[in-house]
Amino acid sequence: MIENVTTTMSAVAPAVAAGAANTSDVVIRIRNLHKRFGDLHVVKGVDLDVRRGERIAIIGASGSGKSTILRCLNFMELPSEGTIELDGKAIGRQASANGASGERFYSEAELCEIRARVGMVFQQFNLFPHMTVRANVMEGLITVKRIAKHAARERATAQLAKVGLQDKLDAYPAKLSGGQQQRVAIARALAMDPEVLLFDEPTSSLDPELVGEVLRVIRALADEGRTMLLVTHELGFAYHFADRVVFIADGIVHETGTADEVLKHPKRERTQQFLARFVERAL
Amino acid sequence: MKYTWDFAVVRDNFPLLLRGVSVTVELWLVAFALGLALGFAISLARVSRRPSLNALAIGYVEVFRNTPVLVQLIWFYYAFPIMLGAQLTPFVAAALALTLNTSAYCAEIFRGGIVSIARGQWEGAKAIGMTRAMTMRRIVLPQVMKRMLPAFTNRAIELAKVTSLASLLAVNEVMYEGRLLSSTYYRPLEILTVVALIYLVLIYPGSYLSARLERRLAARD
Repeated sequence: MIENVTTTMSAVAPAVAAGAANTSDVVIRIRNLHKRFGDLHVVKGVDLDVRRGERIAIIGASGSGKSTILRCLNFMELPSEGTIELDGKAIGRQASANGASGERFYSEAELCEIRARVGMVFQQFNLFPHMTVRANVMEGLITVKRIAKHAARERATAQLAKVGLQDKLDAYPAKLSGGQQQRVAIARALAMDPEVLLFDEPTSSLDPELVGEVLRVIRALADEGRTMLLVTHELGFAYHFADRVVFIADGIVHETGTADEVLKHPKRERTQQFLARFVERAL
Repeated sequence: MKYTWDFAVVRDNFPLLLRGVSVTVELWLVAFALGLALGFAISLARVSRRPSLNALAIGYVEVFRNTPVLVQLIWFYYAFPIMLGAQLTPFVAAALALTLNTSAYCAEIFRGGIVSIARGQWEGAKAIGMTRAMTMRRIVLPQVMKRMLPAFTNRAIELAKVTSLASLLAVNEVMYEGRLLSSTYYRPLEILTVVALIYLVLIYPGSYLSARLERRLAARD
């Protein structure tokens, strides 16, 4: 089953009139994204446009491919096929001259540059345990952005204050709670001043009582107008957070629309079933 | 059976033994330093995602770990020059063989250290735009050095003793001088006892310092 749901507003509006304005607004454009792990076809042709300042929640069952889609956007996984554009520029170059196979070549230098512009926060935080909280946040500034140490220090301190961790600058990650660690990870990603921020189930490995503090920080970023994509199982949060909700099933975009449309009034049966299971669990 | 120990021969020839000690130390340090560097390079090939590099590294390590060092020493002194078309000095042949042998063990120690770092840390570094080389230098190695220290200490101790085999290629290190003196003066027991003590004095400070460093590093956690 090949089924692509076009998710741009421009596709709905008259293409010629809306096209020009909307193109410049699009930060990330995904076209025909596929990802295979050996014989396993996980992502099966996804098209998605992310506009500047937009907040998108990606939902779906485990194994639907939603995390893989997100991980392709900063090339933690290399797409097997399809293109991803950042600010109108397609990343990588075609592997074969005639474009017969959809696979592309990516250089490490280009990918590192892209990853510095598209930040990511992981489910497992992935902090560096041998560095203090502040050193964790400074690391990318020093090694990737090549900012002078004292300037990096100031910036890291400011970012950590922003996520409420000004008291933990010199602590090591192991001494922090999960929620605090995740806030360090958010500060580390933010310090790079990324154009887009990706969250891959940022609260899934947290104790329930620590979820709130992390969601509050994400919420505050949303209010700043940051472009963010969030893969989550917290449907309640997704509802308040997202301009747009994308429901993924079987590696494709199954339904998309405003939070209200998808979460409250889903049109498609598959989406309804998925949401019904969540309601069951909540009761 | 009555045996009269007589260390006079050792005392009279001590300068000769000392000269041997300096060759031993030279051989030890050269082979260990180069073995570490080469071993690191091989471990990178070993953890590389390129299957060809991987296979090459595995083959290299297995050949050097699963054949006797003595054979390797002899091979590099007698067989390698035939292929090369130029004779190596005994010291160079011994240094070469011991370096390659040590590098195979070091490669495995490095590999063990590198793979002990959770994948998530590689991902965390990758996600802020760090290259693989940066991640290795800034994130992986600083953490694994501590874990690898005991293994490298063992390696260094082992190597110090193995340098004595170079005496068979007539490298004039301390074992060679000892054997020379033994066959000249027929006092092998006294001479070899002193040679053993020399190795002890040579090696022990290193393992003592390493154990202390290990405790200091552990205390920092």
